[in-house]
Amino acid sequence: MTVLTFVDLTLFVMMVITALAVVRTRSLFATAMLSGVFSLLSALLFITLDAVDVAFTEAAVGAGISTVLLLGTLALTSRYERPNAHSPALPLLVVVVTGAVLVYGTLDMPSFGDPTAPVLTHVAPDYLQRSPHEIGVPNVVTAILASYRGYDTLGETAVVFVAGIGVLALLSGLRRRRRKDEGEDA
Amino acid sequence: MRHHLILRVVTKFLAGTIMLFALYVQFHGDYSPGGGFQAGVIMAVAFILYGIVFSVEHVQRVFPPWLVHKLVAVGVLLYAGTGVYSLFAGYAYLDYTALSPQHPEHGQHYGILLVEAGVGITVTAVMVAIYYAFVGRSPLISDEEW
Repeated sequence: MTVLTFVDLTLFVMMVITALAVVRTRSLFATAMLSGVFSLLSALLFITLDAVDVAFTEAAVGAGISTVLLLGTLALTSRYERPNAHSPALPLLVVVVTGAVLVYGTLDMPSFGDPTAPVLTHVAPDYLQRSPHEIGVPNVVTAILASYRGYDTLGETAVVFVAGIGVLALLSGLRRRRRKDEGEDA
Repeated sequence: MRHHLILRVVTKFLAGTIMLFALYVQFHGDYSPGGGFQAGVIMAVAFILYGIVFSVEHVQRVFPPWLVHKLVAVGVLLYAGTGVYSLFAGYAYLDYTALSPQHPEHGQHYGILLVEAGVGITVTAVMVAIYYAFVGRSPLISDEEW
């Protein structure tokens, strides 16, 4: 067993423990913190897969911002989860069946690190060959993200924009302003 | 958190460092992991941290809500505007060659810089705006209630 497999196994075991702890605990404050821990562990897992950019995003968004937003939501609601009223049999069945289907789906996927995997033989080598002389940016991820896939990134930015507008429309003082307008009309 | 002296001192020191790191991630994204998305989130974290430890009023004096709400749109407009500029210069939408027709490679660098700046601005503003929206709903709970 190589060192990397050991690290992977340790991370996976810790993630499973964290997930179980999230399910078990009743304190929502602990749940928010544990979900941050879960994100941090998956960021470490991405690093062992050499996906540093993804790991960076996961650590910043998943462990950082999401935890802060969960805590912000927590300040608006109660701090403890109510005990479950109905039996967990049906949800457990749904989860087990979905999990089994997903595991069955991975059986067709190429094995980990397979050099003949479709993702490594389609556009990836093309980007790797073209980007040094076409873009000249050492980080190929940035070259693909901002230049080759510029439309995708524009779409993603628009999604972030729309999400922000949606939250503002739902949570900020827009309603208050309208009420004031109505008051002036009346 | 008025009585947490250590937190306050450390935050004053950390907020600037976090912003510096965000700028590094933003503008060094061509050479190392990172880019607009990550830099935007890190930049927003600096403001949110300041807001949590001091107060929302303090951070809103530095970064007022009206400015945040404008910046949400400015980032997307900067990104889309880069594309519109290349359209007017006679190239395809978002073809960065338009920014430096003699040196297409330089054009790519400028284009990536502009576009990533747009992403960074929007992400920072959206994260801070969401934080303001959540915090603005009710008075902050006191330390004892945790």
